[in-house]
Amino acid sequence: MADGAKILVIDDEPQIRRYLRVSLEAHDFHILEAAGGQEGLRLAALEKPDLVVLDLGLPDMDGQAVIARLREWSAVPVVVLSVRADEADKIAALDAGADDYVTKPFGTGELLARIRAALRHTVGSSTGQAVFETGGLRVDLEKRQVSLRGAPVKLSPKEYDLLKLLVQHAGKVLTHQFILRQVWGPAHESDVQYLRVFARQLRQKIETDAAQPKLLLTEPGVGYRLAME
Amino acid sequence: MPEDRPDQDSRPSPDALLQAAAQEKRGRLNVFLGAAPGVGKTYAMLEAAHVRQREGVDVVVGVVETHGREETAFLLRGLEQLPQRRVAYRDRVFNELDLDEVLKRRPQLVLVDELAHTNVPGSRHEKRYQDIEEIRAAGIDVYTALNIQHLESLNDVVAQITRVKVRETVPDSVLAQADSIEVVDIAPEDLIKRLKEGKVYVPDQAARAVHHFFAPGNLTALRELALRKAADQVDNQMLSYMQSHAIAGPWPTRDRIMACISPSPLMPRLVRTARRIAERRRAPWIVLYVETPAHDRLSDEEKTQINRALTLAEEFGAEVVTVASGNVPAEIIRQARQRNVTEIVVARSHRSRLVNRLRGTLTDRLVELGDGINIHVITGSPEAESWLDVMRARLASMSLDGLVLATAVSLAATGLVKLAEPWLPASSVPLLILMAVLLCALRYGYAAAVLSSVLTVLGYNFLFLPPLYTFTIANAENIYIFFVFLAVALITSNLTARIRAQAEAARIREARTASLYDFSRMVTGAAGEDDILWAVVHHVAALAKAQSLVLMPDQGAGAERLIIRAAYPPEDQIDDKAKIAAAWAWEKGEQAGRGTGTLPSSDWLFLPLRTAERRLGALGIRFADDRPPLGPDERRLLDALAGQAALAIERSLLNRDVEEARVSAETEKLRSALLSSISHDLRTPLASIIGGVSSLMNFDSRLDAQGRGELLQTVRDEAERLNRFVGNLLDMTRIEAGAMQPKLDWVDPEDLVATAVKRAAALTHGHDIRIDAAPDLPLLRVDYILIEQVLINLLDNAAKYSPKGSPVDVRLRRERDRILLTVTDSGSGIPPAELEQVFDMFYRVKAGDRQVAGTGLGLSICRSILKAHGGDIRAESPVAEGQTGKSPGTRMIVTLPIEEQPALPGDDRAAEEQMPHG
Repeated sequence: MADGAKILVIDDEPQIRRYLRVSLEAHDFHILEAAGGQEGLRLAALEKPDLVVLDLGLPDMDGQAVIARLREWSAVPVVVLSVRADEADKIAALDAGADDYVTKPFGTGELLARIRAALRHTVGSSTGQAVFETGGLRVDLEKRQVSLRGAPVKLSPKEYDLLKLLVQHAGKVLTHQFILRQVWGPAHESDVQYLRVFARQLRQKIETDAAQPKLLLTEPGVGYRLAME
Repeated sequence: MPEDRPDQDSRPSPDALLQAAAQEKRGRLNVFLGAAPGVGKTYAMLEAAHVRQREGVDVVVGVVETHGREETAFLLRGLEQLPQRRVAYRDRVFNELDLDEVLKRRPQLVLVDELAHTNVPGSRHEKRYQDIEEIRAAGIDVYTALNIQHLESLNDVVAQITRVKVRETVPDSVLAQADSIEVVDIAPEDLIKRLKEGKVYVPDQAARAVHHFFAPGNLTALRELALRKAADQVDNQMLSYMQSHAIAGPWPTRDRIMACISPSPLMPRLVRTARRIAERRRAPWIVLYVETPAHDRLSDEEKTQINRALTLAEEFGAEVVTVASGNVPAEIIRQARQRNVTEIVVARSHRSRLVNRLRGTLTDRLVELGDGINIHVITGSPEAESWLDVMRARLASMSLDGLVLATAVSLAATGLVKLAEPWLPASSVPLLILMAVLLCALRYGYAAAVLSSVLTVLGYNFLFLPPLYTFTIANAENIYIFFVFLAVALITSNLTARIRAQAEAARIREARTASLYDFSRMVTGAAGEDDILWAVVHHVAALAKAQSLVLMPDQGAGAERLIIRAAYPPEDQIDDKAKIAAAWAWEKGEQAGRGTGTLPSSDWLFLPLRTAERRLGALGIRFADDRPPLGPDERRLLDALAGQAALAIERSLLNRDVEEARVSAETEKLRSALLSSISHDLRTPLASIIGGVSSLMNFDSRLDAQGRGELLQTVRDEAERLNRFVGNLLDMTRIEAGAMQPKLDWVDPEDLVATAVKRAAALTHGHDIRIDAAPDLPLLRVDYILIEQVLINLLDNAAKYSPKGSPVDVRLRRERDRILLTVTDSGSGIPPAELEQVFDMFYRVKAGDRQVAGTGLGLSICRSILKAHGGDIRAESPVAEGQTGKSPGTRMIVTLPIEEQPALPGDDRAAEEQMPHG
């Protein structure tokens, strides 16, 4: 049901709202607009949108606060718009409950991919799709089997845990902290070096060209994302 | 011009006007003056306060002593009373005026009783009148009360009348500055009646003197003093009024009074008398001390007498002059003539009558020399000028060693001459012995010389004058020889000793001058401010044999707080009292702390460091505890040092200002380069974007699919370029502001290169980016975002400066303890001379008229970022190896240090298990 979904855009810049409305309506989304955090929260409660696109720099209240307030009563997916310099802001937004982010300036294609990933996640995650396929990579979560273009791939248990986590959240950015906590446990939350080494090992096994990865993508300063087709 | 004259005469005196202007801003001082305790000053003051309060004036009580009198306590009701400061001192608690509380409360009028009160040691000021000064300086009016016996200049007179010496005194200048004086007067009989009724508070310590003090005769005399003082004041105010309103009147002739200080217990009286004469004549007055070579021989007590007199004179507002000369009377007259002095006040000499007869008294000499100058001579009571005491004091200050050695030398010399007598002509004997006397005079000073004279004369008599080996002298001729010998010995030894003393004094003076010269040379030679400060404290410490420090306002903290900038021996902390004294010296430009009127209980003495232009700070000196107070000479030297130091510090500050001006000019140049760069680099892509988009909007129908695509591609590329440019500007601003703090984290260099290449794709459009990474590179500890930025900048440059379609090579290698990252293009390269310049801000290689968009910011930012990571970047052109094309090409070489690798989880691959296959 991705297309035709109701999207609430909260941004104080009218020209950004106009650009988003035109571009997203062209892809059959239904757009609601709010110019501030308060108005956005009210619309979110009244209209029950399927997804919220939220600008972090709002004049009336802090974007992080909007997410926190929203998360008090709603699980609606939130995609955050932010500027490049604020990696810490992005992580804070993700920690507060945002599902993904796009860095300004961004292309329409990039935003659409994020929106679709976030929407699909809410739609299909609980059904527990057992088999995941992208770019020649096939992961069978039930049988714990991984193959690249038909050839089986041998993974160590941790490599598999890492890949499984990424597959479960395919298309979404996962912060370093989140991955480390899930795979290595809370004690290793800040050991980014583990992640760097295992990401390299994993890339060598699942990427066609590890030097120019197409599947396991680095989100600078934030985390990793498994690309979807 | 003749018509100018009357105009000038009727012009108000500028001094008087200035004083009136200063008075206007200050709070008014109203003194309730009484002849004796118990006349009802406090009562009158409180009554007046009530009247003012009814008039709507904001009145508070700072401190009022009721002394348990009910009427007075009753009057206190209805007046706001400020809390008092409770100070513990020597196991007792004292209530003191809380100065800060008054200044904070800022009433219009504050009541402060007992003007002559001395504050408990440790207070900000030594005396209450100083507190009142500060309150008035803040524009608050003050009511206060004073008994006439506390007035400094009348202190002696009162003591003579009443035989009670009051220790707490107030300088006359305080009363002179009062805006109004109200004499609280009751008839002596009534006062005595009140005393008998127990209505007069008498301090315990004065109880035994009370009976005498309150005798009717005394009270009448005191009453007259008080009334006369008040009348004088009215006179002064009238005079001042006449002056400031240019009323011509019978002006008194311009008398000038000069008091001459000498070591004598009469000094305080001398100064007070001079002050009284000057006041009565409304004449300026000078206090002169002629420092003779003998000054250094004075006992400590005598030196203290002189210092006290000079301090007292300063307190009274005299002009204090100290000169050095060997001839006191001549110098006094010379100074007097120079300054048009009309009256000289001296104290009677305390030397014995005999010496006075022989040498003539100072007074005689002055009378002789000072044609047309009146001489006043102060005499003292006999016990006050016992010359025996003085001699005893002098003897105490003599060195015993010198006397012992002089005895030994004299006896030995006489004995030797006796042994050699057979070979000597008889006439040379006394001369040889005299040589011993001269030697003693030269080596051991005046007292030793006299002793030696006496001893040798006796020895000469004993050994050489018949009858031999007796002290009797047989014939008249020998008696004559004996006395001539004695006279010659005394005179020559005295002369020699004086030469010695003068030489000594000259040596000390010379040493001081040399020291000052050294200091000025050292300070002038010092390069920076810190060097100067160090030189100052070092030198002052060595010179004063004390600890020394310099305090200056903290540059960062709004210049409100003083901090220690240098100290020798090193010290980084001073107590609060010293801090307050230092702040006082700095703010008011007056000495404060030990030995001064402000915070004398502090260990430190602070001299202001100031020039005509600005207040720079304070110079602190802490002497050893047992050191006598500073002499005028030492004070002068310290003042001179402080002055020199202030000039030197100001010079360095000026240098800094000049340097700052230069830097700001440089910054200005950079700013204008930035502006021109921005206007070019922002407008170029904007022109493409606006042009392209307007074509698409207006002429869409005329464009074919390919043209439309090309325009859209251009718009997008240029927008990306604009985005990079804005990013660079932001980075540069951050670097300039010092806000660029790398957030270090472990990063896989291969991952970093891959991500950067991907992100730069839009910028490197049309180029083949080839990545070549060595296997198993170690992790780097860097800021991912910043290093990625560096790489994107390099890729952008490579694409920009090389022909479309040419490849760009990115290589990652390990070289010992660093990672080498190179980006190589096959463009036109960089001229060898400019390989380093490309990293300067706003540099751009001029390639004929082929202007490529972009700023000279990119590489400069790259270098800043890499330096912050302990790495660096350099350019190589033409490319040394691995280049196939014909163009020289450019290779950018980035180095980053490899740090000790972090702990990694146990080798996971070793634990690798077969995946369960279902």
